[in-house]
Amino acid sequence: MKAQMEYGPVCPIPISEYPQVLMAHGGGGKLMHDLIENMFVPAFHNPLLGERHDGAVFNVGTARLAFTTDSYVVKPIFFPGGDIGSLAVNGTVNDLAMCGARPLYLSAGFILEEGMETEKLWQIVRSMQRAAEEAGVALVTGDTKVVDRGKGDEIFINTAGVGVIEHDLKINPKQVRPGDAVILSGDIGRHGIAIMAAREGLEFESAIESDCAPLNSLVRNLIDAGLDIHCMRDLTRGGLASALVEIAESSGHQIFIEETKISVRDDVQGACEILGFDPMYLANEGRFVLFLPEAQTERALAVMNAHLHGAGAARIGKVTDESFGVILKSRIGANRIVDMFTGEQLPRIC
Amino acid sequence: MKYIDEYRDADAAEQFREAIHKTVSRPWTLMEVCGGQTHAIVKFGIDELLPKEVELVHGPGCPVCVTPLELIDKAITIASRPDVIFCSFGDMLRVPGSDRDLLMVKANGGDIRIVYSPLDAVKIARENPDKEVVFFAVGFETTAPANAMAVHQAKQLGVKNFSVLVSHVLVPPAIEAVMSSPQCRVQGFLAAGHVCTVMGYTEYEPIAKKYKVPIVVTGFEPLDILQGIFMCVKQLEEGRTEVENQYARSVRKEGNQPAQQLVREVFRIVPRKWRGVGEIPESGLGLTDEYAEFDAEKRFGVSAYTAEEPEECISGLVLQGIKKPNECPAFGTRCTPEHPFGATMVSNEGACAAYHRYRRHLVRVETARGVTI
Repeated sequence: MKAQMEYGPVCPIPISEYPQVLMAHGGGGKLMHDLIENMFVPAFHNPLLGERHDGAVFNVGTARLAFTTDSYVVKPIFFPGGDIGSLAVNGTVNDLAMCGARPLYLSAGFILEEGMETEKLWQIVRSMQRAAEEAGVALVTGDTKVVDRGKGDEIFINTAGVGVIEHDLKINPKQVRPGDAVILSGDIGRHGIAIMAAREGLEFESAIESDCAPLNSLVRNLIDAGLDIHCMRDLTRGGLASALVEIAESSGHQIFIEETKISVRDDVQGACEILGFDPMYLANEGRFVLFLPEAQTERALAVMNAHLHGAGAARIGKVTDESFGVILKSRIGANRIVDMFTGEQLPRIC
Repeated sequence: MKYIDEYRDADAAEQFREAIHKTVSRPWTLMEVCGGQTHAIVKFGIDELLPKEVELVHGPGCPVCVTPLELIDKAITIASRPDVIFCSFGDMLRVPGSDRDLLMVKANGGDIRIVYSPLDAVKIARENPDKEVVFFAVGFETTAPANAMAVHQAKQLGVKNFSVLVSHVLVPPAIEAVMSSPQCRVQGFLAAGHVCTVMGYTEYEPIAKKYKVPIVVTGFEPLDILQGIFMCVKQLEEGRTEVENQYARSVRKEGNQPAQQLVREVFRIVPRKWRGVGEIPESGLGLTDEYAEFDAEKRFGVSAYTAEEPEECISGLVLQGIKKPNECPAFGTRCTPEHPFGATMVSNEGACAAYHRYRRHLVRVETARGVTI
């Protein structure tokens, strides 16, 4: 991984690999990671940003707040298991939950393309309303813009969210310690395959539905159980692999996981085999990893397994005192490293 | 899941591991021809299970890796035209040409689309009659039938705005090129199961005989590969040099005859340049005269392009199994998947990329001790 560099006021653009933005810069892999590390972080440098968490956590008066934002450009806008609206609410709710916060208020910015059917917009708005109700958050402010036909893709949504932290735990990658257990909240890869199938018109025996779901009530149960949570991360773009690599890098410790402990549904695995994808890198919208002391594993699993969105939770590995990245014990018993993808996963030739 | 888990079973893998250890009495060097096998070997850590006497070297069977630089340049030129929709399998987009890759062409406004089947490109051509639709037809014998079908279908349907940029290569001449090299260390081959599913394996019998090497047609799952290695090592230990079929659940001796017939109708055998290796006679496929109207090189006037490879890149030696990726001075430093010198660092199936993704820690650890793997 590249060292962070210092840039003076007259420096050239600190990007050497590509002179233009590629789609892969938004893929959640290494190119995006490098863009953030080499351009955004140095430019906006401050201690809160330096935490590299899903949101910023800070005090205002006596209150401890979490603040986050995310933009949604998913195509197609309706897919099995959800739509761009439920995604926009749940994604931001989950980012706040990963900070250990109770999500309170969301904003919504709509960028609409001229010509979009208002009936579709209405469906999306209704879906956002339902998702907000389920997550217990209020959409309290917003913005609407319309761009010329052809300049957008029907609809883009940005949501930002504020939540309150009502406990004394410090939850971020830097709290991860050797000896921590790594718990995965359920099966992986469903959102990525659901989107891919809908986008490319791939048909399977039965539709694979996105795992899109709000995680805040499950996280709240974990916090209320008095568990000493060190870190949580939802597994969105870049999937389980990218999340673990980032946490390993931020914490400075090695994460060791076992392939056989990672749950992938048969239909998702089958789609991956056909397309040449690795489920470890597929996006999820209702899954997260949890780091906490090994001794609390059973209690954490009991809390998670009792909840709808954590029913398939399992311990998949541990944090070791080695310093290098993420190591995976393969199904047949050999070890290998888990790396980030450079950009997006590209379907293989054969 | 069914038909997958059985071939990734740890207990069965252990049995093959033991069998290989019991069989081996001296050092043997085997080459897995196909990039898909290379990927599985490093992904599952199969070579770590082998006795130190058995060395696997990685062969030239990644179609992305062996596509010559000038063909990428041709693709870039064609894809940059405003009147063209350029269709490709996904992993060709990141292969560096002389100064750009197709992703950069896309960022500059080129209409480049990832397709899952060449027939999708024909469909795109029919839906966009005012555009020229070009399909990047790369691959070994495995993808040749589907690509041939696309051209055949375009002709049948009278789709005039469809053409193909062909860079098809063939496995047997590549094995011969490897065996003819004076630096060749390979004593046995794992042949590519999917190629043989199409072509059968009769054409390997004269090669096994001529070069006195065992060739085992092998699948892609961990147990397939372990069994293929076991069969190959057993032949070597017993002094046999035969063609055997490990992948019998997919491969028949005569292959898929209708697929072969279609390939013969649309394509003819031509000399092909292999990236990092050079020109190999009778090692590729080009369109027959009957289908020449679908040749994108002629249609867009790029036939005469030539390009030289970066001098520092040793991908040619890697593709011939003479060097391992981590023996390259640029490996993991100046050459990475984000900034590849050669195609072996680009594709999932490329040996350098596979080593970089799964083996970097070993290289680091081992070189710290002054040892290379």
